[in-house]
Amino acid sequence: MNTSIEDFVNQPYKHGFTTAVEADVFAKGINEDVVRLISKKKQEPEWLLDFRLKAFRHWKTLEEPTWSNVTYPKIDFQDIAYFSAPKPPKKKSMDEVDPELIRTFEKLGVPVSERAALAGVAVDVVFDSVSVTTTFKEKLAKVGVIFCSFSEAVKDHPELVKKYLGSVVPYSDNFYTALNSAVFSDGSFCYIPKGVTCPMDLSTYFRINTQESGQFERTLIIAEEGSKVSYLEGCTAPQFDTNQLHAAVVELIAMDNADIKYSTVQNWYAGDKEGKGGIYNFVTKRGLCKGYKSKISWTQVETGSAITWKYPSCMLVGDSSVGEFYSVALTNHKQQADTGSKMLHLGKNTKSKIISKGISAGFSRNSYRGLVKIGRNATGSRNFSQCDSMLIGKENSASTFPYIQVDNETGVVEHEASTSKIGEDQLFYFASRGIDTEEAVSMIINGFVSDVFVHLPMEFAVEAANLLGLKLEGTVG
Amino acid sequence: MSARGILSLIEIKGLNAKIDDKAILNDFELRVAPGEIHAIMGPNGSGKSTLAKVIAGHPAYPVSSGIINFQGVDLLSKSPEERARAGIFMGFQYPVEIPGVTNSSFLRLALNTARSSKGEEELDPIEFEDYLQDKLKMLDIDPDFLARSVNEGFSGGEKKRNEILQMAVLNPRLSILDETDSGLDIDALRLVAGGIKKLSNKDNGIILITHYQRLLNYIKPDFVHVMYKGSIIKTGGVDLALELEDRGYDWIVSD
Repeated sequence: MNTSIEDFVNQPYKHGFTTAVEADVFAKGINEDVVRLISKKKQEPEWLLDFRLKAFRHWKTLEEPTWSNVTYPKIDFQDIAYFSAPKPPKKKSMDEVDPELIRTFEKLGVPVSERAALAGVAVDVVFDSVSVTTTFKEKLAKVGVIFCSFSEAVKDHPELVKKYLGSVVPYSDNFYTALNSAVFSDGSFCYIPKGVTCPMDLSTYFRINTQESGQFERTLIIAEEGSKVSYLEGCTAPQFDTNQLHAAVVELIAMDNADIKYSTVQNWYAGDKEGKGGIYNFVTKRGLCKGYKSKISWTQVETGSAITWKYPSCMLVGDSSVGEFYSVALTNHKQQADTGSKMLHLGKNTKSKIISKGISAGFSRNSYRGLVKIGRNATGSRNFSQCDSMLIGKENSASTFPYIQVDNETGVVEHEASTSKIGEDQLFYFASRGIDTEEAVSMIINGFVSDVFVHLPMEFAVEAANLLGLKLEGTVG
Repeated sequence: MSARGILSLIEIKGLNAKIDDKAILNDFELRVAPGEIHAIMGPNGSGKSTLAKVIAGHPAYPVSSGIINFQGVDLLSKSPEERARAGIFMGFQYPVEIPGVTNSSFLRLALNTARSSKGEEELDPIEFEDYLQDKLKMLDIDPDFLARSVNEGFSGGEKKRNEILQMAVLNPRLSILDETDSGLDIDALRLVAGGIKKLSNKDNGIILITHYQRLLNYIKPDFVHVMYKGSIIKTGGVDLALELEDRGYDWIVSD
């Protein structure tokens, strides 16, 4: 017990390497020519360029939002490169992919190629801005599932992309969605046809590799009537002492009786102990439960980024649709997280659930921000929210900002919140039973997050548990 | 102090501990041999709870001088977890709540940590379940206890019984039970005292820290000590406890 709890929240970042691949990087700065150049590089159709330009023109009229509970120096948007691709931009098969890249993914523990086969996971990997390879495409094609990079989807399935792009998150939604819509470089696309249960979990691994570049990817998932899919997303970035911007947009659409489960383990580089470097993660994720009895479930484990600004949401339009949000957000050192969910009940008998677990260590700041709205016509709808915070140490803070708006008198909204602390007295209690501090902290944390972890797919739950352990355990063995 | 046995379980000599320059333990001396039960009584603020915490190794109670010899080992050089694994058990006056950690996983981790430190094989959940059932039966504890988070939402009596359950599971050589009887109604007191009695055997030692003689109606200690201003000022048998009940402490303290 000679070691304080603070010693345990010290763990070097494991993914802080860079990969020596030649990259095609644009000069820094943004203007209409850059937007056109991105579109041209990607040989995009006219309608997509129009979409980008509209978004860009709108973005220019916007101010950076300042309402979240985070502070950081003003971002110079002219000091960011808006496109970076490993050169040459696209390979046809795994064999042709730069071995240096493959090694990177191996270091990251990404199951590509044979590893993918063993793991039974189809992986789309977005490296900086360009999707490198998509495994298992053929097997998925047999049941009609389309899973490819966003660029490929634009080429091969333009009608789907055109129909749904921006339909859940319009470019005008906020400052960062406008920016993303103007300059997004790639991302993932997924289409599950009517009645199909996707035979395997689909997975995307995002990585930022270049120091001066921003990453702006889009994910679009469409689940047709009666279909079902589980989608996993992982993120890492190398260690730089400057900040990189990540502004992604994720759109999900679920038709009648469709079920989308979206799981994220976010481990972007968080900056060093003093708060130098790290990713600014400003992400807009939203799901549209369009159909009757459709269901969208978000599960996220947020451990990285210098700043996280993220509110995966559900628009419950279809009658009897269901939205869920399960979140663990861990902040340490000088990390700041402002994250939560929005549940908008518009259809009748819609249900939603929010379970949020925030863990703050070091000098970090961790906020839950959520909105539950029961619309005028959403008769018989209900929400349950539970927001728990845990503090480790004395110099950090946890805040909860729940917004509740009920416009239908039959609506039922329940909100529970708690704050707890891993105290010296608890650790002494463990010690007096022979259990050392490290095991005690891990046991308390595992107990704290278990309500969320049960919703992660098995292999992801293991990874997430390891990650939390890594972030919290220290140098003392 | 112990007349019986040459080999003592624990021997405390010249123990001094201070908090904010205030002496809490003052050349404290005590010797406990295997099979003995010692009761330590005394007015509030005499240092009884501090003694328990110092033996268990609480970091907020640093020792300035003295020796604690536990089965030939210098206890003061050990961390609290090492002391626990070596066979020291402290029953808390106010057991801490640990939300989200179930009693059964807590108990199993504690037991397995102790076992592996002794080079014994760890028990898997099924073996542990069997091991635990015996203890539950012996202490007449509802198995529902196990699925609940450690002490969370427990009544005062349940918390104290949970301490005794932990004691039963860990089977320590020396238990220091800090006011295990306080805040209990008569039924809970009978259950807790009965549990302690069952756990006492010829190989282990028990130190009962208590304010009240009533606990000693159920458990007959071999020695009753009166502690005052950080040291033991009088030692006797069960009769001493009865006399204290009758006359209070003033007559000893003012001697």
